[in-house]
Amino acid sequence: MKAWKGAIGVVAAAVAAGLLVGGVAEAQNEQFVPRLVYRTGPYAPNGIPFADGYADYLDLVNARDRGVGGVKITYEECETAYNNDKGVECYERLKHKGPTGASWVDPLSTGISYALLERTAADKIPLIMMGYGRADASYGPVFPYAFTYPATYWAGADAIIQYVGSQEGGLDKLKGKKIALVYHDSAYGKEPIATLEKLSQRYGYQFSKFAVAHPGLEQKATWLEIRRLRPNWVLMWGWGVMNSTAVKEAAAIGYPMTHFVGIWWSASEPDVEPAGAAGKGYKAANITGVGAKFPVIQDILKYVYGKGGGHATKAKVGEVLYDRGVVNAIYDTEALRIAQARYGKKPLTGEQIQWGFEHLNLTAGRIKQLGAAGLVTPIHVTCTDHEGGGDVKIQQWDGHHWKTITDWIKPHRRMLWEMYKASALAYAKEKGITPRDCSKVEAAAK
Amino acid sequence: MFYREAGEFKTSYAADQAIFPIAQDRIALVVLVLAAYVGVPLIANGYWLDAILIPFLVYSLAALGLNILTGYAGQVSLGTGGFMAVGAFSAYKLAIGFPHLNVVLVIVIAGLIAAAVGIVFGVPSLRIKGFYLAVATLAAQFFLVWLFNRVPWFTNYSSSGVISAPLRAVFGRVYITGAEASSVDKYLFALTTVSLLALAAKNMVRCATGRAWMAIRDMDIAAEIIGIRPLATKLTAFAVSSFYVGVAGALWAFVYTGTVEPLAFDVERSFQILFMIIIGGLGSILGSFLGAAFVVLVPVLLSNAPGFLGLSIRVATVTNLQSIIFGALIVFFLVVEPNGLARLWQVGKEKLRLWPFPY
Repeated sequence: MKAWKGAIGVVAAAVAAGLLVGGVAEAQNEQFVPRLVYRTGPYAPNGIPFADGYADYLDLVNARDRGVGGVKITYEECETAYNNDKGVECYERLKHKGPTGASWVDPLSTGISYALLERTAADKIPLIMMGYGRADASYGPVFPYAFTYPATYWAGADAIIQYVGSQEGGLDKLKGKKIALVYHDSAYGKEPIATLEKLSQRYGYQFSKFAVAHPGLEQKATWLEIRRLRPNWVLMWGWGVMNSTAVKEAAAIGYPMTHFVGIWWSASEPDVEPAGAAGKGYKAANITGVGAKFPVIQDILKYVYGKGGGHATKAKVGEVLYDRGVVNAIYDTEALRIAQARYGKKPLTGEQIQWGFEHLNLTAGRIKQLGAAGLVTPIHVTCTDHEGGGDVKIQQWDGHHWKTITDWIKPHRRMLWEMYKASALAYAKEKGITPRDCSKVEAAAK
Repeated sequence: MFYREAGEFKTSYAADQAIFPIAQDRIALVVLVLAAYVGVPLIANGYWLDAILIPFLVYSLAALGLNILTGYAGQVSLGTGGFMAVGAFSAYKLAIGFPHLNVVLVIVIAGLIAAAVGIVFGVPSLRIKGFYLAVATLAAQFFLVWLFNRVPWFTNYSSSGVISAPLRAVFGRVYITGAEASSVDKYLFALTTVSLLALAAKNMVRCATGRAWMAIRDMDIAAEIIGIRPLATKLTAFAVSSFYVGVAGALWAFVYTGTVEPLAFDVERSFQILFMIIIGGLGSILGSFLGAAFVVLVPVLLSNAPGFLGLSIRVATVTNLQSIIFGALIVFFLVVEPNGLARLWQVGKEKLRLWPFPY
């Protein structure tokens, strides 16, 4: 018995010592990034490349530049399966990790963003919704901790309508045209509806919408109805298996692919590849460039994959969603760099990094320095404007690769801004939030 | 040796009919309640409260509601998610429409609305049974979620169809909903609600109402012959069950996640809760809690396990392993005890009474 007790004691002491050592190691010069990812479930084909791109860029920053400002970036992934309550669980699990807690959080899910919106504001952790999430969170005075750069769904809808207009020979030619929206029946898919309805009043096109239930494998009826309606253009807000199913169904009814335009989350290789040759000509908006030709992607191949690291397989590097993961990480780490310039090169808290996000002025020059010219759209985030005025490109699938077919399109921000503001103020009223006075915030910062 | 009622004499009917007639059980219960009310808030951190214990309580309540309907009254239902959605969305509409209404009242009224909806969808149970009724309640599930998805009035014309709970306090400044509310307050509120409703349920199933439910479950024709009215009995089961489930839905939206889209209450949620009561034990109050604990806690435990053990396994592998182990555990427990974890607990207690001299 005694020997047993002794042995248990030794083990317990060893475990305790291990925990202590672990604790000491954690308190080093590290900046912790929680990674909410989904590598399983119906949305995994899209979640995996994004998560890989993001993680690879952080690895690159650590390997090539020894972190940001000498502070190593650490991260831990947590599987959400695109499920809102799991997303909340992951956020709660990771928010206190690392010496200063979570730096920021990018959930890559509009639903999870909604679930975290108030939590992150209360915990003072920036919530980054890069091209997704709640569009009116662009209005900084009401949403200090939420960021929507480089473009919201409302801006995306406007950009796509601009593109459609240019194809029809001018926005005034849209009058009487029929435009249909096929959308994922969730918070994500519903976001653009109000904007598209508003634009239909302005330009006089007929707008009809078709909801597709999660996860989106059942679309036969939807496309039969579309065949009956014969719209001039079909837009899509889809995600995961819904995208490839829609492309296949559109091909099955013989809908012309060149008049089928997806949002940037319906714009990746796994979405069109399953449709085979039928998907050729399908178009989609994008907030990033595409391909592996950019110096920053080449650096990832050299410093990360060249040394035996990397999360994806080499062939997947440069895919649309992989690149977008990289772009997301570039924006985030740049904000950290800006925050470090103010608060010092040490592990920072979410509240300090929020200052960096609010002063994120990513110019074309800086983007070129980062080796990402053409990949990243310049943005200028301020206390008021959390969207930063990013631009949108349209790309087309040629059967093998995505090719960018337009220059950067500027969404009509003046109109959108009024919509953001009205919607955000309504939210503030419902929640009893007093909007910040940004001129005072700026003055206090100086 | 320790768990034996020898020497405990009952001198009144009340003592004989107590929920816990054995003194050791009462002591255990007091310890448990003290631990839940005092110990947990002292020890648990935000992650435990927000991400594990509050969802566990909410799921327990939903499972309890379904257990009343399916376990006690024998009416199979796949509409739990839909009734939770009714609770969540009516609580939201009430809270926004009547800002001065106390949040407790909001949740109770939301439960009553869910009960009313439950009665409407319970009417077919008078004619159809078993799998056919399951299909009818499935219709309720799809219809209700569709309704909240389609009619923008329910979400106050939110562009994305997501509702979020406003900041509300129980009394004074004790906030239990909204992001500023502290985890401990939210936990205590959920705990109190669930405890009170569990106590009510336990007493309900011990009195005439519960006996009528069980009679209908075991043989409805025989029950009718001895004078139990099937209409009233089945509909009360639907009403009470939907009330519980509706309150669970309101707690889900207000106390647990804070924001909800109708997708949170899809058919998978209904199945999840049905699995809880099957694993936990049909027709058992304790079973609802054990089932909820199993379904909520085991996956969390499994997904945290590599971290505790210091292993670094890729999250995708962990998640897939988690599904495999979880599935295997369900099969294992149901093979070991087809009547659920509650029965396992009961068998354990019987064994404990004889220990250390089994015969």
